[in-house]
Amino acid sequence: MSTGVAIPEAGTAAASAAPKPNSAGRLRALGPLLWPALALAALLLFNLAFTPGFYKIQSIDGRLYGSLIDILNRGAPTLLLSLGMTLVIATGGIDLSVGAVMALAGATAACLIARPEDSPLSVINVHGLLPLIVFGGMAMALLAGLWNGVLVAVFRLQPIVATLILMVAGRGAAQLLTNGQIPTFDHPGFNFIGSGSLLMLPMPFVVGVIAFVIMLGLVRGSALGLFIEAVGNNRVASRIAGVNATGVRLACYVVSALLAGLAGLIVTADIKAADVNNTGLYMELDAILAVAIGGTSLAGGRFYLVGSAIGALVIQTLTTTILARGVAPEATLVAKAVIIVALCLLQSPPFRALFVRRRAA
Amino acid sequence: MSIALSQPRVARRLPLPSRQTLPLWITLGVCLLMYVAAGLRYDNFFTPQVAVNLIGDNAFLGVTALGLTFVILAGGIDLSIGSAIGCTSVFIAAMIENHGWSAPLAIGVALLGGTIIGIVQGLLIAFFELQPFLVTLGGLFLYRGIGLLVSRESISLDNPMYVWLSGVEWHVRDGVDIPLAAMIFVVLLLLCVYVARWRPAGRAVYAVGGNEQSALLMGLPVRRVKIGVYAFSGFCAALAGVTATIYMSSGAALTGAGLELDAIAAVVIGGTLLSGGVGGPLGTLLGVLIFGIIQTAISFEGTLSSWWARIVVGLLLLAFILLQTLLQPRETHS
Repeated sequence: MSTGVAIPEAGTAAASAAPKPNSAGRLRALGPLLWPALALAALLLFNLAFTPGFYKIQSIDGRLYGSLIDILNRGAPTLLLSLGMTLVIATGGIDLSVGAVMALAGATAACLIARPEDSPLSVINVHGLLPLIVFGGMAMALLAGLWNGVLVAVFRLQPIVATLILMVAGRGAAQLLTNGQIPTFDHPGFNFIGSGSLLMLPMPFVVGVIAFVIMLGLVRGSALGLFIEAVGNNRVASRIAGVNATGVRLACYVVSALLAGLAGLIVTADIKAADVNNTGLYMELDAILAVAIGGTSLAGGRFYLVGSAIGALVIQTLTTTILARGVAPEATLVAKAVIIVALCLLQSPPFRALFVRRRAA
Repeated sequence: MSIALSQPRVARRLPLPSRQTLPLWITLGVCLLMYVAAGLRYDNFFTPQVAVNLIGDNAFLGVTALGLTFVILAGGIDLSIGSAIGCTSVFIAAMIENHGWSAPLAIGVALLGGTIIGIVQGLLIAFFELQPFLVTLGGLFLYRGIGLLVSRESISLDNPMYVWLSGVEWHVRDGVDIPLAAMIFVVLLLLCVYVARWRPAGRAVYAVGGNEQSALLMGLPVRRVKIGVYAFSGFCAALAGVTATIYMSSGAALTGAGLELDAIAAVVIGGTLLSGGVGGPLGTLLGVLIFGIIQTAISFEGTLSSWWARIVVGLLLLAFILLQTLLQPRETHS
């Protein structure tokens, strides 16, 4: 996993060029996956001790059920988003539009199936063919990714702003597609993506795992991962070294949007409707949180796909734990806030210096 | 950037268009153009009351956007403001209606609480060098969590003082009434313009946003400035929450959800650079007005669906950012 070359963190193009002391490497030497894995283990141990029935898994109609399976099932969209987000963040960017892209892709697929009368998409008749429906949703996501990628990589807009545009306008565009309605549908093939099961495992999880393996193979099995890290560390230097920085960044935004589109299809298929105002709402924040939990610095550079996957599981485990224990679900939000701040502090050199000095004194 | 800090004041008294102020002038042009175009297209659009409502109906967006302007000028970002509005509004309503607090006490505690959470966020960002984006994302979750824990339902306010407050209007002449929310926004705006242009604290914000290292070398209290802008933003968000309760006579945890993005959009459309150091509160006023004109025009149109507002805002955002990129000197975005 950590085959990434340790390129010294030179002053990146990031806005705050704060000097970074070398002492940050000490804990990281223990492995970047230590913290997210510890967090996940702590949550699971807590449930082992205090939540009865948390580990109970039963098989009904050739499918597994239980809290653990629920985590894998419900965590799949966040997992998909966090994979794409990791690459984007590694290039020193951010993709705020993933939630809106989910809504766009879901709306496209739903309109292709249900063909509501006033929808501009109703002129297209795919005759309910599943590959064409999925292709339609993903094509919309691809367009969104190209839009983001061109704005960031070619026009060099700040990633926060560039993706904010689609975040604001994307849901509007999705409502344009559905003409403000919530198209509902019942398409056995498409429903399967959201609520079916394969090898006794829920389909969203299977999709998530396949995407994860492909992504890992793509970026770590080739030099692509190194290119991404090089671009994130120092764009100018990477360009001089012969990396096509524009192409790498464009590709990362496209991949992020495609994964978001996939997540949107899963969520839409699960509820059998395209509720564009709520599909993927605030999911971009969860995805960013998952990446941060996974140990990838938001400043860009080194990235950890496995860490992000664990991060997504941590978030979902936390949510499921709070639900299983009957605590008000709003407490999840407070817990997330505490986790973000605690994680940031753990990674902060001044905070560590404070801690070390106190201990020495 | 640090040279540009004093340039507009000393070298030139007339605010003629320059590279720094050109985005603001273009925003002003677009704002006037949209206003005139809407006025020619729709009857009764040019009435004074419509103009007043442009400000009054967007007062809480404006109040938060003003706080955010300073955070962005200092080179930061504050994502917590939208849910801060919801949290303070539901807190005020719950304390007054369910716990028998008096209105001034609830409002005071809410304003203080917003400021304190802002200070804490600022402390984390300034002293531990944490990324503003992540810290305030934590703030977003915290506010929304607390707000929903206080009450999931909307609580209506029929406290006598609130009924009185929501009726306060400055009766200028027949057909023109300026509501309290608009007055709060305008007073805060004037204060912000004064501080940003003429007070050392305001100039220090520009210096820190323009170049933090230079500001530090100039002997400016960089950390205090950073904490200050987040405290002010927290205060403004809480004030916007108060304004929202007055405007709607109720409090709900989900009030203002997603408003942080509208506020960022308004600030950016108003010509403030997200990289910090350039822009100001007057631009933010124009950004908020453009928001208001789009929404009012769409409601006047009647047949046009509301989601067009989001698409138009997105396209405007794109146009303004592309413009800013063209105006920026080459070396800043290599």
